Amino acid sequence: MDHLLNVTTGLSVLLLAIVLLSVRRAHIRPEYSVTWLIAAAAMLLLSRVRPLLDLLRRLSGLPDTPLTLFLMGAGVFLIMVFRFSVILSHLRDDNIALAQRVAILEYHVKSQRQP
Amino acid sequence: MSGPAPGRAASANRGPMHPTGPGALLVIVPAYNEEGAIAAVVESVHTHVPGTPVLVIDDCSQDSTIDAARLAGAEVLALPHHLGLGGCVQAGYKLAYELGFDFVIRVDGDGQHDARDILRILDRLRTSGCEMVIGSRFAGENGSGTGTVRSLGIRFFRMVLRPILGKPVHDPTSGFVGVNRRALDLFSRSFPLEYPEIEALVVLQRKRFRFEEVPCRMRPRMTGRSSITAMKSMYYIVHVLLGVFVNVLRFEGRRRQQPVEEKKEDRWTTS
Repeated sequence: MDHLLNVTTGLSVLLLAIVLLSVRRAHIRPEYSVTWLIAAAAMLLLSRVRPLLDLLRRLSGLPDTPLTLFLMGAGVFLIMVFRFSVILSHLRDDNIALAQRVAILEYHVKSQRQP
Repeated sequence: MSGPAPGRAASANRGPMHPTGPGALLVIVPAYNEEGAIAAVVESVHTHVPGTPVLVIDDCSQDSTIDAARLAGAEVLALPHHLGLGGCVQAGYKLAYELGFDFVIRVDGDGQHDARDILRILDRLRTSGCEMVIGSRFAGENGSGTGTVRSLGIRFFRMVLRPILGKPVHDPTSGFVGVNRRALDLFSRSFPLEYPEIEALVVLQRKRFRFEEVPCRMRPRMTGRSSITAMKSMYYIVHVLLGVFVNVLRFEGRRRQQPVEEKKEDRWTTS
Protein backbone atom coordinates (compact mmCIF):
# COMPACT_ATOMS: atom_id res chain seq x y z
CA MET A 1 0.00 0.00 0.00
CA ASP A 2 2.82 2.38 0.91
CA HIS A 3 4.48 1.65 -2.42
CA LEU A 4 1.24 2.52 -4.25
CA LEU A 5 0.93 5.77 -2.32
CA ASN A 6 4.56 6.65 -3.05
CA VAL A 7 4.10 5.99 -6.74
CA THR A 8 0.94 8.16 -6.73
CA THR A 9 2.86 10.92 -4.95
CA GLY A 10 5.67 10.70 -7.51
CA LEU A 11 3.23 10.84 -10.43
CA SER A 12 1.37 13.77 -8.88
CA VAL A 13 4.60 15.72 -8.37
CA LEU A 14 5.65 14.89 -11.93
CA LEU A 15 2.30 16.08 -13.25
CA LEU A 16 2.55 19.31 -11.24
CA ALA A 17 6.04 19.92 -12.61
CA ILE A 18 5.02 19.23 -16.22
CA VAL A 19 1.99 21.49 -15.97
CA LEU A 20 3.92 24.35 -14.39
CA LEU A 21 6.68 24.00 -16.96
CA SER A 22 4.13 23.97 -19.78
CA VAL A 23 2.48 27.11 -18.45
CA ARG A 24 5.88 28.80 -18.18
CA ARG A 25 6.65 27.89 -21.79
CA ALA A 26 3.16 29.00 -22.86
CA HIS A 27 2.24 25.52 -24.11
CA ILE A 28 -0.87 25.62 -21.93
CA ARG A 29 -2.83 28.75 -21.21
CA PRO A 30 -3.02 29.45 -17.45
CA GLU A 31 -6.82 29.17 -17.36
CA TYR A 32 -6.63 25.61 -18.70
CA SER A 33 -3.77 24.63 -16.43
CA VAL A 34 -5.82 25.25 -13.29
CA THR A 35 -7.83 22.06 -13.74
CA TRP A 36 -4.65 20.01 -14.13
CA LEU A 37 -3.04 21.65 -11.12
CA ILE A 38 -6.10 21.00 -8.96
CA ALA A 39 -6.21 17.37 -10.11
CA ALA A 40 -2.51 16.85 -9.38
CA ALA A 41 -2.79 18.57 -6.01
CA ALA A 42 -5.83 16.45 -5.11
CA MET A 43 -3.94 13.24 -5.93
CA LEU A 44 -0.92 14.46 -3.99
CA LEU A 45 -3.08 15.22 -0.98
CA LEU A 46 -4.83 11.85 -1.11
CA SER A 47 -1.54 9.98 -1.38
CA ARG A 48 0.15 11.86 1.49
CA VAL A 49 -2.69 12.33 4.00
CA ARG A 50 -3.60 8.78 4.81
CA PRO A 51 -6.44 9.65 7.28
CA LEU A 52 -8.17 11.57 4.48
CA LEU A 53 -7.99 8.55 2.18
CA ASP A 54 -9.29 6.29 4.96
CA LEU A 55 -12.14 8.70 5.61
CA LEU A 56 -13.08 8.65 1.92
CA ARG A 57 -12.91 4.86 1.90
CA ARG A 58 -15.29 4.65 4.88
CA LEU A 59 -17.66 7.23 3.41
CA SER A 60 -17.78 5.49 0.04
CA GLY A 61 -18.08 2.03 1.60
CA LEU A 62 -15.32 0.62 -0.59
CA PRO A 63 -13.55 -2.53 0.65
CA ASP A 64 -9.94 -1.35 0.53
CA THR A 65 -7.79 1.76 0.35
CA PRO A 66 -5.94 1.11 -2.96
CA LEU A 67 -9.27 0.72 -4.74
CA THR A 68 -10.44 3.98 -3.16
CA LEU A 69 -7.32 5.77 -4.36
CA PHE A 70 -7.74 4.33 -7.85
CA LEU A 71 -11.40 5.30 -8.07
CA MET A 72 -10.75 8.78 -6.70
CA GLY A 73 -8.00 9.29 -9.29
CA ALA A 74 -10.21 7.97 -12.08
CA GLY A 75 -13.06 10.19 -10.90
CA VAL A 76 -10.88 13.30 -10.84
CA PHE A 77 -9.60 12.66 -14.35
CA LEU A 78 -13.06 11.81 -15.69
CA ILE A 79 -14.31 15.17 -14.42
CA MET A 80 -11.34 16.81 -16.12
CA VAL A 81 -11.99 15.09 -19.42
CA PHE A 82 -15.63 16.14 -19.24
CA ARG A 83 -14.64 19.73 -18.49
CA PHE A 84 -12.31 19.74 -21.46
CA SER A 85 -15.05 18.33 -23.67
CA VAL A 86 -17.25 21.25 -22.66
CA ILE A 87 -14.43 23.70 -23.39
CA LEU A 88 -13.70 22.03 -26.74
CA SER A 89 -17.36 22.17 -27.71
CA HIS A 90 -17.51 25.89 -26.97
CA LEU A 91 -14.28 26.50 -28.87
CA ARG A 92 -15.56 24.52 -31.85
CA ASP A 93 -18.80 26.53 -31.86
CA ASP A 94 -16.86 29.78 -31.72
CA ASN A 95 -14.43 28.56 -34.35
CA ILE A 96 -17.20 27.66 -36.78
CA ALA A 97 -19.03 30.92 -36.23
CA LEU A 98 -15.78 32.83 -36.78
CA ALA A 99 -14.87 30.87 -39.92
CA GLN A 100 -18.33 31.53 -41.36
CA ARG A 101 -18.09 35.22 -40.47
CA VAL A 102 -14.63 35.51 -42.04
CA ALA A 103 -15.88 33.86 -45.23
CA ILE A 104 -18.92 36.15 -45.40
CA LEU A 105 -16.89 39.29 -44.73
CA GLU A 106 -14.35 38.23 -47.34
CA TYR A 107 -17.20 37.73 -49.78
CA HIS A 108 -18.54 41.23 -49.04
CA VAL A 109 -15.07 42.77 -49.42
CA LYS A 110 -14.51 41.07 -52.77
CA SER A 111 -17.97 42.11 -53.91
CA GLN A 112 -17.18 45.73 -53.08
CA ARG A 113 -13.97 45.56 -55.10
CA GLN A 114 -15.70 44.26 -58.20
CA PRO A 115 -16.43 46.99 -60.74
CA MET B 1 -14.52 18.61 -66.54
CA SER B 2 -16.77 20.39 -68.98
CA GLY B 3 -16.02 24.04 -69.55
CA PRO B 4 -18.55 26.79 -69.05
CA ALA B 5 -20.00 28.97 -71.74
CA PRO B 6 -17.67 31.98 -71.67
CA GLY B 7 -20.39 34.59 -72.09
CA ARG B 8 -22.40 33.31 -69.18
CA ALA B 9 -19.39 33.10 -66.93
CA ALA B 10 -18.40 36.64 -67.69
CA SER B 11 -21.85 38.07 -67.11
CA ALA B 12 -22.52 36.10 -63.94
CA ASN B 13 -19.32 37.31 -62.31
CA ARG B 14 -19.93 40.91 -63.18
CA GLY B 15 -21.12 42.14 -59.82
CA PRO B 16 -22.12 41.24 -56.28
CA MET B 17 -25.08 38.96 -55.77
CA HIS B 18 -28.26 40.69 -54.62
CA PRO B 19 -31.94 39.75 -54.55
CA THR B 20 -33.70 41.26 -57.52
CA GLY B 21 -37.01 41.85 -55.75
CA PRO B 22 -39.64 40.29 -53.52
CA GLY B 23 -39.59 36.51 -53.56
CA ALA B 24 -35.99 36.38 -54.77
CA LEU B 25 -34.43 32.94 -54.98
CA LEU B 26 -30.85 31.92 -54.32
CA VAL B 27 -29.54 28.47 -55.16
CA ILE B 28 -26.76 27.34 -52.83
CA VAL B 29 -24.40 24.50 -53.59
CA PRO B 30 -22.23 23.18 -50.73
CA ALA B 31 -19.13 21.66 -52.25
CA TYR B 32 -16.03 19.86 -51.05
CA ASN B 33 -13.57 18.58 -53.64
CA GLU B 34 -16.17 18.60 -56.41
CA GLU B 35 -14.07 19.97 -59.28
CA GLY B 36 -15.32 17.21 -61.54
CA ALA B 37 -19.01 17.96 -61.10
CA ILE B 38 -19.45 21.52 -59.87
CA ALA B 39 -19.32 23.25 -63.26
CA ALA B 40 -22.03 20.98 -64.66
CA VAL B 41 -24.18 21.55 -61.57
CA VAL B 42 -23.89 25.33 -61.84
CA GLU B 43 -24.52 25.32 -65.58
CA SER B 44 -27.51 23.07 -65.12
CA VAL B 45 -29.04 25.51 -62.61
CA HIS B 46 -28.38 28.42 -64.96
CA THR B 47 -29.99 26.51 -67.80
CA HIS B 48 -33.14 25.45 -65.98
CA VAL B 49 -33.58 28.46 -63.68
CA PRO B 50 -32.14 31.32 -65.73
CA GLY B 51 -31.41 34.55 -63.93
CA THR B 52 -31.14 32.90 -60.53
CA PRO B 53 -27.87 33.50 -58.71
CA VAL B 54 -25.93 30.41 -57.70
CA LEU B 55 -23.74 30.48 -54.62
CA VAL B 56 -21.20 27.71 -54.27
CA ILE B 57 -20.00 27.37 -50.69
CA ASP B 58 -16.59 25.83 -50.85
CA ASP B 59 -15.71 23.88 -47.72
CA CYS B 60 -11.98 24.45 -48.14
CA SER B 61 -11.56 22.04 -51.04
CA GLN B 62 -8.08 20.83 -51.89
CA ASP B 63 -8.80 20.71 -55.61
CA SER B 64 -9.88 23.43 -58.05
CA THR B 65 -13.56 23.47 -57.07
CA ILE B 66 -13.49 27.24 -56.54
CA ASP B 67 -12.03 27.99 -59.97
CA ALA B 68 -14.41 25.58 -61.68
CA ALA B 69 -17.40 27.13 -59.92
CA ARG B 70 -16.34 30.70 -60.76
CA LEU B 71 -15.69 29.80 -64.39
CA ALA B 72 -19.14 28.27 -64.59
CA GLY B 73 -20.65 31.55 -63.44
CA ALA B 74 -21.29 30.95 -59.77
CA GLU B 75 -20.59 33.24 -56.86
CA VAL B 76 -18.28 31.55 -54.38
CA LEU B 77 -18.26 31.74 -50.62
CA ALA B 78 -14.90 30.25 -49.66
CA LEU B 79 -14.65 28.95 -46.10
CA PRO B 80 -11.21 29.42 -44.52
CA HIS B 81 -11.11 25.85 -43.24
CA HIS B 82 -13.13 22.66 -43.47
CA LEU B 83 -16.33 22.90 -41.41
CA GLY B 84 -18.29 19.87 -42.54
CA LEU B 85 -21.59 19.88 -44.38
CA GLY B 86 -23.69 21.56 -41.69
CA GLY B 87 -21.31 24.45 -41.13
CA CYS B 88 -20.90 24.83 -44.87
CA VAL B 89 -24.64 24.99 -45.58
CA GLN B 90 -25.24 27.28 -42.62
CA ALA B 91 -22.65 29.74 -43.95
CA GLY B 92 -24.69 29.90 -47.15
CA TYR B 93 -27.90 30.41 -45.20
CA LYS B 94 -26.30 33.21 -43.19
CA LEU B 95 -25.12 35.05 -46.28
CA ALA B 96 -28.45 34.57 -48.04
CA TYR B 97 -30.29 35.91 -45.01
CA GLU B 98 -28.01 38.92 -44.73
CA LEU B 99 -28.39 39.72 -48.42
CA GLY B 100 -32.17 39.59 -48.10
CA PHE B 101 -33.14 36.57 -50.19
CA ASP B 102 -36.62 35.21 -49.53
CA PHE B 103 -36.08 31.67 -50.74
CA VAL B 104 -33.01 29.47 -50.77
CA ILE B 105 -32.79 26.07 -52.41
CA ARG B 106 -29.87 23.81 -51.68
CA VAL B 107 -28.53 21.60 -54.44
CA ASP B 108 -25.73 19.14 -53.79
CA GLY B 109 -22.45 19.74 -55.58
CA ASP B 110 -22.05 16.15 -56.76
CA GLY B 111 -24.71 16.39 -59.45
CA GLN B 112 -27.23 14.04 -57.83
CA HIS B 113 -30.01 16.59 -57.85
CA ASP B 114 -31.78 17.47 -61.05
CA ALA B 115 -31.96 21.25 -61.53
CA ARG B 116 -35.25 20.83 -63.41
CA ASP B 117 -36.90 20.18 -60.05
CA ILE B 118 -35.81 23.49 -58.51
CA LEU B 119 -38.82 25.34 -59.87
CA ARG B 120 -41.10 22.63 -58.54
CA ILE B 121 -39.68 23.12 -55.05
CA LEU B 122 -39.85 26.91 -55.37
CA ASP B 123 -43.44 26.74 -56.54
CA ARG B 124 -44.42 24.62 -53.53
CA LEU B 125 -42.58 26.98 -51.18
CA ARG B 126 -44.47 29.94 -52.59
CA THR B 127 -47.93 28.38 -52.77
CA SER B 128 -47.98 26.30 -49.59
CA GLY B 129 -46.54 28.88 -47.23
CA CYS B 130 -44.66 26.15 -45.40
CA GLU B 131 -41.15 26.91 -44.22
CA MET B 132 -39.33 24.03 -45.88
CA VAL B 133 -39.85 21.86 -48.92
CA ILE B 134 -37.89 18.65 -49.37
CA GLY B 135 -37.18 17.24 -52.78
CA SER B 136 -37.97 13.60 -52.13
CA ARG B 137 -36.96 10.60 -54.19
CA PHE B 138 -39.72 8.59 -52.50
CA ALA B 139 -42.68 10.98 -52.50
CA GLY B 140 -43.67 10.23 -56.08
CA GLU B 141 -43.41 7.40 -58.54
CA ASN B 142 -39.65 7.49 -59.02
CA GLY B 143 -38.88 6.16 -55.56
CA SER B 144 -35.63 4.36 -56.05
CA GLY B 145 -31.98 4.98 -56.75
CA THR B 146 -30.54 4.36 -53.31
CA GLY B 147 -28.37 1.55 -52.05
CA THR B 148 -29.61 -1.10 -49.66
CA VAL B 149 -27.86 0.32 -46.59
CA ARG B 150 -29.12 3.82 -47.19
CA SER B 151 -32.65 2.54 -47.87
CA LEU B 152 -32.61 0.72 -44.55
CA GLY B 153 -31.34 3.85 -42.82
CA ILE B 154 -34.05 5.96 -44.42
CA ARG B 155 -36.74 3.49 -43.30
CA PHE B 156 -35.37 3.48 -39.78
CA PHE B 157 -35.35 7.27 -39.52
CA ARG B 158 -38.82 7.47 -41.02
CA MET B 159 -40.04 5.40 -38.08
CA VAL B 160 -38.10 7.48 -35.56
CA LEU B 161 -39.25 10.81 -36.99
CA ARG B 162 -42.92 9.94 -37.52
CA PRO B 163 -44.04 10.49 -33.89
CA ILE B 164 -41.70 13.45 -33.39
CA LEU B 165 -42.81 15.35 -36.47
CA GLY B 166 -46.43 14.28 -36.24
CA LYS B 167 -46.50 13.39 -39.92
CA PRO B 168 -44.64 11.03 -42.19
CA VAL B 169 -41.50 12.09 -43.99
CA HIS B 170 -40.55 9.98 -46.97
CA ASP B 171 -36.99 11.10 -47.60
CA PRO B 172 -35.49 12.54 -44.41
CA THR B 173 -31.91 12.31 -45.69
CA SER B 174 -32.51 14.34 -48.83
CA GLY B 175 -30.23 17.34 -49.25
CA PHE B 176 -32.41 18.79 -52.00
CA VAL B 177 -34.14 21.29 -49.75
CA GLY B 178 -35.80 24.65 -50.18
CA VAL B 179 -36.46 27.07 -47.33
CA ASN B 180 -38.25 30.38 -47.01
CA ARG B 181 -37.06 33.41 -45.08
CA ARG B 182 -38.48 32.29 -41.74
CA ALA B 183 -36.59 29.01 -41.90
CA LEU B 184 -33.57 30.91 -43.20
CA ASP B 185 -33.67 33.10 -40.11
CA LEU B 186 -33.88 30.03 -37.89
CA PHE B 187 -31.20 28.02 -39.67
CA SER B 188 -28.78 30.91 -39.85
CA ARG B 189 -28.85 30.88 -36.04
CA SER B 190 -29.29 27.19 -35.37
CA PHE B 191 -28.25 24.41 -37.70
CA PRO B 192 -26.81 20.95 -37.07
CA LEU B 193 -23.15 20.53 -37.91
CA GLU B 194 -22.77 17.00 -39.19
CA TYR B 195 -25.35 15.11 -41.24
CA PRO B 196 -27.76 18.04 -40.89
CA GLU B 197 -30.76 16.91 -42.93
CA ILE B 198 -32.57 14.80 -40.33
CA GLU B 199 -31.78 16.98 -37.34
CA ALA B 200 -32.84 20.08 -39.29
CA LEU B 201 -36.34 18.62 -39.48
CA VAL B 202 -36.48 18.40 -35.69
CA VAL B 203 -35.06 21.91 -35.33
CA LEU B 204 -37.87 23.02 -37.62
CA GLN B 205 -40.44 21.13 -35.58
CA ARG B 206 -39.23 22.78 -32.39
CA LYS B 207 -40.39 26.07 -33.85
CA ARG B 208 -43.62 24.48 -35.07
CA PHE B 209 -42.61 25.26 -38.64
CA ARG B 210 -44.07 23.15 -41.40
CA PHE B 211 -42.46 21.16 -44.16
CA GLU B 212 -43.73 19.42 -47.26
CA GLU B 213 -42.22 17.03 -49.77
CA VAL B 214 -42.34 17.12 -53.53
CA PRO B 215 -41.25 14.23 -55.75
CA CYS B 216 -37.88 14.81 -57.37
CA ARG B 217 -35.49 12.95 -59.59
CA MET B 218 -32.20 11.79 -58.14
CA ARG B 219 -29.23 10.70 -60.23
CA PRO B 220 -26.07 8.84 -59.35
CA ARG B 221 -23.32 11.25 -58.31
CA MET B 222 -21.21 12.44 -61.25
CA THR B 223 -17.81 12.02 -59.63
CA GLY B 224 -16.27 10.96 -56.35
CA ARG B 225 -17.83 8.90 -53.59
CA SER B 226 -20.31 9.57 -50.81
CA SER B 227 -18.73 10.73 -47.58
CA ILE B 228 -20.88 8.20 -45.71
CA THR B 229 -19.03 4.94 -46.09
CA ALA B 230 -20.19 1.61 -44.68
CA MET B 231 -17.89 2.11 -41.69
CA LYS B 232 -19.36 5.52 -41.00
CA SER B 233 -22.95 4.31 -41.19
CA MET B 234 -23.11 3.22 -37.56
CA TYR B 235 -21.54 6.47 -36.43
CA TYR B 236 -24.06 8.29 -38.62
CA ILE B 237 -27.01 6.50 -37.02
CA VAL B 238 -25.80 7.03 -33.46
CA HIS B 239 -24.86 10.66 -34.11
CA VAL B 240 -28.15 11.53 -35.77
CA LEU B 241 -30.20 9.68 -33.15
CA LEU B 242 -28.40 11.60 -30.43
CA GLY B 243 -28.99 14.86 -32.27
CA VAL B 244 -32.68 14.07 -32.68
CA PHE B 245 -32.97 13.08 -29.02
CA VAL B 246 -31.26 16.25 -27.82
CA ASN B 247 -33.50 18.35 -30.03
CA VAL B 248 -36.58 16.65 -28.65
CA LEU B 249 -35.39 17.42 -25.13
CA ARG B 250 -34.84 21.03 -26.11
CA PHE B 251 -38.26 21.10 -27.69
CA GLU B 252 -39.89 19.98 -24.44
CA GLY B 253 -37.86 22.45 -22.42
CA ARG B 254 -38.76 25.29 -24.75
CA ARG B 255 -42.44 24.44 -24.41
CA ARG B 256 -42.23 24.80 -20.63
CA GLN B 257 -40.44 28.18 -20.78
CA GLN B 258 -42.04 29.44 -23.96
CA PRO B 259 -41.53 33.20 -24.13
CA VAL B 260 -38.06 33.30 -22.59
CA GLU B 261 -35.34 34.50 -24.97
CA GLU B 262 -36.99 33.23 -28.12
CA LYS B 263 -34.34 34.80 -30.33
CA LYS B 264 -31.35 33.57 -28.39
CA GLU B 265 -28.84 31.75 -30.50
CA ASP B 266 -28.60 27.99 -30.06
CA ARG B 267 -25.03 27.20 -29.22
CA TRP B 268 -24.99 23.50 -29.90
CA THR B 269 -26.26 23.68 -33.39
CA THR B 270 -24.09 26.38 -34.69
CA SER B 271 -22.27 24.08 -33.36
